[in-house]
Amino acid sequence: MNKLKIGIVDYGVGNTLSVANALQFLQYKVIISNKQIQLNTCDVLILPGVGAFQTAMENLVKVGLEEVLLNEVFERKKPILGICVGMQLMATHSLENGKHKGLNWIPGTVIPIESKPAFPVPHVGWNTIDIKQAHEAFKRLNNDSHFYFDHSYYYQPINPEHIIATVEYGSSITAAIQKNHIMGVQFHPEKSQVNGLKLFKDFIQQLKQYA
Amino acid sequence: MLKKRIIATIPVIGNTAVQSIGFKKYLPLGKPDIAIEFLNQWGVDEIVVLQIDARKHEHQISAKQIQQLASKCFVPLTYGGGVKTIDDVHLIIHNGADKVSLNQPVLHQPEFITEIAYQYGNQCIVASIDIIKIDNSWKVFDYVTQKVHPIDFIPLIQQTINAGAGELLINAVHKDGKYTGYDIELMQKISELATIPVLAAGGAKHPEHMLELLKNTKVSAAVAGNYFHFYEHSVTIAKKHLSNTLNEIRTETSFNYHLNQLDNDGRLLKKSDEILEHLLYTKIEKEII
Repeated sequence: MNKLKIGIVDYGVGNTLSVANALQFLQYKVIISNKQIQLNTCDVLILPGVGAFQTAMENLVKVGLEEVLLNEVFERKKPILGICVGMQLMATHSLENGKHKGLNWIPGTVIPIESKPAFPVPHVGWNTIDIKQAHEAFKRLNNDSHFYFDHSYYYQPINPEHIIATVEYGSSITAAIQKNHIMGVQFHPEKSQVNGLKLFKDFIQQLKQYA
Repeated sequence: MLKKRIIATIPVIGNTAVQSIGFKKYLPLGKPDIAIEFLNQWGVDEIVVLQIDARKHEHQISAKQIQQLASKCFVPLTYGGGVKTIDDVHLIIHNGADKVSLNQPVLHQPEFITEIAYQYGNQCIVASIDIIKIDNSWKVFDYVTQKVHPIDFIPLIQQTINAGAGELLINAVHKDGKYTGYDIELMQKISELATIPVLAAGGAKHPEHMLELLKNTKVSAAVAGNYFHFYEHSVTIAKKHLSNTLNEIRTETSFNYHLNQLDNDGRLLKKSDEILEHLLYTKIEKEII
């Protein structure tokens, strides 16, 4: 049994349980919560997401999680992994259904994928990623590794150095971003079979270096 | 490169997974969560569970049921059947499914699609449309009334996309359980005009049928139900067959059948004597996650 405790941030529109299933399969202790008192006992946080940006952000603010996360992530330097909309929330703003403010942890904008004849939007399905920078979370994965994507918008960071992996869909789209101990992935590791489980495990195990 | 998806549908009546024949006759298969567990191990790309008796029996979607389906599902899971309110959607997504499939609201309540898209995003909505071929023309079929729906399928698809659907699941009713292959012409037509991904269902019996579909149309996925329950490792075997000619197939299972051939029914043949003669015992390392 693994001693590490993972906190899945619950803000009402995330697919919290599918993330919990994957982490429990890896034998981590998992809690799903929106309370500071519980989240601050965790070693790693996961910010999941399905849903529209605006609803997600509003919910996050409404349950008071913006403050909680600021404290956990910036004061206490807790590693956090954002998934899909959970990753997009880390942007400065999003252009989904109008312009909306995000958490602004990694400066950038969430913009629509351009629809082209052979590339219907949303971008749905299994695609191979291009790893741009070596990262602990990708150490057992390569450019032939498939991940499951399901999105109509993507994150474009201002500083291209924050991009650690991209995906090809008509053009090059951000698949993973990272800044210090903050990481985000556009795809769904919890729904990417073995590759996703490996990514979760290696992301969590890298924790040692921040301890 | 984005891959073509091989999707399994599991029709469910009560708590039993079934095979469906022409939307009329059903044969019991077993527990849906066991089927999900196996399909996962065999490398399926996605799973769609459809509670097909939901409207008839006023089936209440329960958190426990969704949790059970999702517990061993590490590929995307879509749930459909009797989804009527935004609370139903919340319950489905919150308990481990990733998308909802809608059928009746597509025909009668397109504004419900818009409502879901606003909260959950359009990638969360699979619009399921049943189409039947009668007298050489395609009509929209309403499975609840078992009658033809007055709106034509092309305007209906347009309206559904505009309302905010993320994907179209097109089920050719006249092909359901017939095992004569997909309705290629219909799928060609729809995948040409739709601006969102199209998932084609109805008629698959042999991996060759999936190959015919994926080669001749622009659909994003070949969907099959009954076929995947015919024999062990059906997904792996189908993908092996497809990947002989197509690059756009994800083959990531730790086992494969790359030295086997298939017979006319899609069943695995014994390896040739030449291959067997040269086959050595190779050690396969256990994959550590």
